[in-house]
Amino acid sequence: MDLSYGKEYEDFRREVRDFLGSNWPPGGDADRFPTKEETATFRDLATEQGYLRRSIPKQYGGSDQPPDEIRGSILREEFSRLRAPMDPPGIGMMMLVPTLLERGEEWQKQKFVPPTARGDVIWCQGYSEPGSGSDLASLKTRGELVGDEWVINGQKIWTSGARDAHYMFCLTRTEPEQPKHAGISYLLLDMKQPGIDVRPLKQMTGGADFNEVFLTDARTPKDWIVGKRGEGWLVSRTTLKHERNSIGAAAQSNAVFQGLIQLAKSTQRSGRPNIDDPAIRQRLAEIEGYVRAHEYSGFRQLTKNSRGENPGIIQMMNKLNSTNIGDRVAKLALDLLEEDGLLDPIATPRAGYRPSANRSWITQYMYSLGIAVAGGTANIQRNVIGERGLGLPRDVYAERSSGK
Amino acid sequence: MNFDISEEQQLLQQMIRQFLEKECPTQRLREIFESDTGFDAALWKGMVELGITGLHLEDSYGGAGLELIDLALVGESLGYGGAPGPFFGHALAGLAIQLAGSEEQKRAWLPRLASGDAIGTVALGEANGIWQPEEWQLVADGSSVLTGEKLNVPFASIADVIVVGVAGGGLVLVESSAVGVDIQPIEGVDRSRRIDSIRFEAAPCVPLPNGEAVAPRVRDAGLVLLAADAFGGGSRLVDMSVEYAKTREQFGVTIGHFQALKHQLANMAVELEPSRALFWYAAHAFDHIPVEAERAAATAKAHISDRVMQIARDAVEAHGGIGFTWECDVQLWFKRAMFDRAFLGTPAVHRERSAQLADW
Repeated sequence: MDLSYGKEYEDFRREVRDFLGSNWPPGGDADRFPTKEETATFRDLATEQGYLRRSIPKQYGGSDQPPDEIRGSILREEFSRLRAPMDPPGIGMMMLVPTLLERGEEWQKQKFVPPTARGDVIWCQGYSEPGSGSDLASLKTRGELVGDEWVINGQKIWTSGARDAHYMFCLTRTEPEQPKHAGISYLLLDMKQPGIDVRPLKQMTGGADFNEVFLTDARTPKDWIVGKRGEGWLVSRTTLKHERNSIGAAAQSNAVFQGLIQLAKSTQRSGRPNIDDPAIRQRLAEIEGYVRAHEYSGFRQLTKNSRGENPGIIQMMNKLNSTNIGDRVAKLALDLLEEDGLLDPIATPRAGYRPSANRSWITQYMYSLGIAVAGGTANIQRNVIGERGLGLPRDVYAERSSGK
Repeated sequence: MNFDISEEQQLLQQMIRQFLEKECPTQRLREIFESDTGFDAALWKGMVELGITGLHLEDSYGGAGLELIDLALVGESLGYGGAPGPFFGHALAGLAIQLAGSEEQKRAWLPRLASGDAIGTVALGEANGIWQPEEWQLVADGSSVLTGEKLNVPFASIADVIVVGVAGGGLVLVESSAVGVDIQPIEGVDRSRRIDSIRFEAAPCVPLPNGEAVAPRVRDAGLVLLAADAFGGGSRLVDMSVEYAKTREQFGVTIGHFQALKHQLANMAVELEPSRALFWYAAHAFDHIPVEAERAAATAKAHISDRVMQIARDAVEAHGGIGFTWECDVQLWFKRAMFDRAFLGTPAVHRERSAQLADW
């Protein structure tokens, strides 16, 4: 065991630091918010160095680097230290670009990959529907080929970023006579058209990160399909060979936990800091056990992934671990807040209202549940761990409906 | 970055597992469990021949010169197999003498402990939940005569040499055959690792010169070994429960089909598997990251022994009625988990220590 990165990688880290030192923040001014142009120029420069757009071939504007988990990890550490922009966040770079590179037509790669990688084009994902959540493959949004166009009718839900997106990648039922998984196609479509109506979905926190998308005779050209007709399910499951962020989830859990310790130090009960209360100390230390286990498991996965080996069942647990930690943190935070737990997190401060410095914890109390549900509920995660991880048989009803 | 165990370490674990499968199947384990002494000399000899007794001792004393991580991985495998015997106390006694002993003491004991000619153990516990060096009250008069009592000493009845914690946080050596040493069995719940009380009546002892500095290190190593053992036992409980779910049928299908049970089993695995990295890290820190070692050991022991105790409860439930019987093997590992949880202090003790060490 050796928790250092070794000489080759420490040299790489120094090189990255030198690069950042002379290029970020723009003009050396950390207090000024960088302009869009400055960010774009920086990203192009970093790509020339091989630091960004790493898994994208050069002809599509990438730096075409071989996958290297450890370099990826060092880049994230160093860039985040200076808050330097990495690849544009969002589902476009995360899911669409790797899918197109693996399964797309040449013209599709040329048209969509470069502007997505630059952050000029934003995507949203049209997967979930009101009646198709965990059982996604039962989706009903219809796509019919009429002349040279797909005509799409149906409704998508939980669509993050739909208001800002230029395009959607959308799972659509185009072969209704086929068994459920085989009837789906992966279509790309323009969001700025009359057939698309985006309605924000207000969350229990009061914010609106998601949307409902209503498609009424929405249209897209015949060849804006990735893979063949009926291959959409497979395309959406394309195994993506990019660098995994093995330690990212744990780093976030750790950051929230550090915040919780600060909260325990800054809040009081009966005139004494909460951090001095033996019961609170026990709960903090117990949560820390989970946080450290999650963090060090990230090291384990990084090691395995960097050698191209499969880390095994632990890799299926990352989301549930983050969820469970978020849940425990939320509960302790609410106790530390005491009567501030009565406050509405989004209320606009008005004259005469007592302000609280800790409203963000009330948001976290609710938002931790959003994390538990998003991208597959905790119960679905448990199915995956039970079935793929422990080798338990599939649920009888799921088995029956899959058409196998 | 290499946070993984080596091929040699994997082989070592495999070797121990195979040995235990062959030499100590649950049928044999049960016989030892229900025997008077809980000690099977032939089985222990076999374990000694695998090299587990000298792993962490220096080559010049007949050891293999390896680290706590190697010892912990052995501990995990023994926990998985439910291995009865004095490994835990023996390993800690060797470590204490190696780190705190004089050259003469090392030469007298380490080769014999490494080769298995002698058995060692540690006497750290006292009445009223006392385990930690700063709490010890047994007084070594003039550093050479002991009068008083130690409790919960693993396999003292078969030990040749006992490392005893004394008031002031130091360590002394006592030979179990010495006058004034009265060893009485305690009815422990984990019958694979027996415990005794020792009453000292003006018993002769010799101090380990560096004992005060080393006692907390011995405690930390003990915490890591208990965490590793608990992890191994927890893995066995998860495996047994999963296996049962794949074979037991109700309503015409194996019960593993049912989501309620599947989720319970998944939760057991999710509580356990990440904590593997916790005992690895604590063992690694013991030899390589001194500033974190003490806290990492406390966290690993508190977290894993607590998680595994709950996993053991879940395992009983997952087995249904049969899980509650003496006949079901779950009880063997359930009790092992109880030992690992209570020995050297409960999770609450180590969480508070951890909070203090973090300056909370």
